Amino acid sequence: MEKKLYTVTVYSENQVGLLNQVTIVFTRRQVNIESLTVSRSAIPGVHKFTITAETDEDTISKIVRQIERRIDILKAFYYTDDEIIFQEVALYKVSTETLLDNNEVEKMVRKYNARILEVTRDYSVIEQSGHTEEIEALYEELKPSGILQFVRSGRVAITKSIEEKVSAFLEEVEARRCGSEEML
Amino acid sequence: MISGAEALMRCFKEEKVDTIFGYPGGFIIPAFDALYSYQDVFKFILTRHEQGAIHAAQGYARVSGKPGLVMVTSGPAATNIVTGAADAMMDSTPLVIITGQSTVAQLGTDSFQETDVIGITQPVTKWSYQVRRAEDLPWAVARAFYIAREGRPGPVVLDISKDAQVQMLDFHYEPCRFIRSYQPYPQPDTSAMREAAALINAAERPLAVVGQGVQLGHAIQELYAFLEKADIPAASTLMGLSIMDENYPLNMGMVGMHGNVAPNRQTNACDVLIAIGMRFSDRVTGNIQSYAPQAKIIHLDIDPSEINKNVKVDVAIVADVKTSLPALTALVNKAKHQDWIASFAPYRQQEYDEVISKDLHPQHTALSMAEVLKCLSDTSGEKATLVADVGQNQMISARYFSASPQRQFIASGGLGTMGFGFPAAIGAALGNPEAETYAVCGDGGIQMTIQELGTILQYQMPVKLIILNNSYLGMVRQWQELFWQERYSSTPMVNPDFVKIAQAYGIAAASVEKRENLQAAIQEMVAHQGPYLLEVKVEQHGLVYPMIPAGSPISHIILGKDKA
Repeated sequence: MEKKLYTVTVYSENQVGLLNQVTIVFTRRQVNIESLTVSRSAIPGVHKFTITAETDEDTISKIVRQIERRIDILKAFYYTDDEIIFQEVALYKVSTETLLDNNEVEKMVRKYNARILEVTRDYSVIEQSGHTEEIEALYEELKPSGILQFVRSGRVAITKSIEEKVSAFLEEVEARRCGSEEML
Repeated sequence: MISGAEALMRCFKEEKVDTIFGYPGGFIIPAFDALYSYQDVFKFILTRHEQGAIHAAQGYARVSGKPGLVMVTSGPAATNIVTGAADAMMDSTPLVIITGQSTVAQLGTDSFQETDVIGITQPVTKWSYQVRRAEDLPWAVARAFYIAREGRPGPVVLDISKDAQVQMLDFHYEPCRFIRSYQPYPQPDTSAMREAAALINAAERPLAVVGQGVQLGHAIQELYAFLEKADIPAASTLMGLSIMDENYPLNMGMVGMHGNVAPNRQTNACDVLIAIGMRFSDRVTGNIQSYAPQAKIIHLDIDPSEINKNVKVDVAIVADVKTSLPALTALVNKAKHQDWIASFAPYRQQEYDEVISKDLHPQHTALSMAEVLKCLSDTSGEKATLVADVGQNQMISARYFSASPQRQFIASGGLGTMGFGFPAAIGAALGNPEAETYAVCGDGGIQMTIQELGTILQYQMPVKLIILNNSYLGMVRQWQELFWQERYSSTPMVNPDFVKIAQAYGIAAASVEKRENLQAAIQEMVAHQGPYLLEVKVEQHGLVYPMIPAGSPISHIILGKDKA
């Protein structure tokens, strides 16, 4: 099966130890997590994991179902890049001397829509957000001038659907809760 | 205000617990102290090892349908229950496992008997949670029982810090009836149901494969109604053996590696395969590419993550079979499949001629394992539980013990845990005291948990232990003989005198080796009041047939050595 980069979003309750429960599913199937970001979602109390991994669709669909099987997971989905809007952020530290002596850096900052966050006597920090390729491209261009430190975040992604994709599920669940209370 | 430990006991009472299996230790002393005042409420079974406690709880849960409750201390006790938890996870057995834990202040400091129980047990449990404050106990226990029991059952661990046991709380118990993130009973999709019915109505050669889900869902009558309306022959998995009576006309036997020839062969001849509450284990499917490639496959299961996990299916009905089977029955037409059903008979005859009759009437003087199990099956009562260990003893038990809802066959199916059988039988005897309880073990497996003879002694439990002694780790020896050029690496065993061991525990015992004495020996064991150990010295080189070699297509059935 064809391998590609999938983005998995996992909606969970806010419980201790959930990250481990999510990652062990990947480990068991020998799939490397490329990036992972955890944050709150637009729904109060619901946390959201955004995970990218390179694998085939059969494997990712099984991973998603096995993640969903964990008790404290509300719902999990997987997407290909065309189904989501996504972004990463990177920080590049270069020496201020390079920045001052070399007008190439300024050109690059403009070209990539990057911005300079801090300038000190010794170093300057450039921030760039975009897709992996854009971040990598700026990295390659800055490299000859010398990069002192570099870090790139995990992917954050939202779907092209209007609400959080878990909303419909939560409505269903609420109906179930009312049902279970009526039974008492 | 009451202590957390006292609250724990009250929670158990609220959950109608009657039996607890376990072993005390440092960080669970407060809970055991509270238990001291509840001796009239709960029967506590002190096993001789924590592994014994959890397997006993599994046996209890498997026959009673209620969650088995285990209470042990932290550290080594918690790691000793891991095998049982993994086993229960694979075989969908409801368990609530209480482990003690160090004080909250000591967590993460490598303090005495502190271990990362949550980290260790998360991969092998349905839910694993650490309770750090007494006030969280009622909530956590209620949730634990709910999760263990509802939907597809499974083991749950509650790791309770010493602080939570000794702190005081205002006790109020609210049983758990709902968890937002867990839907135990998904509703079947009606369009999938219609598609399934259409496939079944058009089928000429339908075959049902029945797994433990039917038993867990209490859907045996619903299964019969379905099979009978559409006249569908059915086979069962190892875990589903206690569902259909051996003599039920539509029961075609067991599928799988050592299953019956007819249902294995016909799996690859049917046109529609209806999998009911089973998970397409590799022991059932053999080589997955050549598993029923000709058939449309319908899968009924409560767990959505089982769908398309091993075998790609055409229609999936995700629901409790208790709900989905009657709904499906309403949609299927009455049908007759006489010719198809009759086509199983020649294979059944072939298996009888080439395997069963040889097993039951061997040409050599040594007893075969099959003779022993057939005799036990014929001699034991209408209500009986047979708990097998793992290996040849298990497969022979599955093949020759006539199981039914009143005569349950229990074994470690998914994990294949040697040492499971004997302690699980102790739990089974407590979970279903009306049934005679037999543990069938090999000489290898029994020695993995033989210390539980002490438990039998202490509580005088009427468990009958049959040791099939061939002085080998027989199943591995079988593989070595058939596939590893008879290189018997580490499979011969030098064994103790099992009868003397039983005698040391004050347990009645006998050993039998000769055919003419077998029946009398088994009759004596069955008739004996109280625990009993019967060692049967069987042929050393016995083999279990039929056999589908691991990874082979299920059509590749070996019926005997000359045919290999």
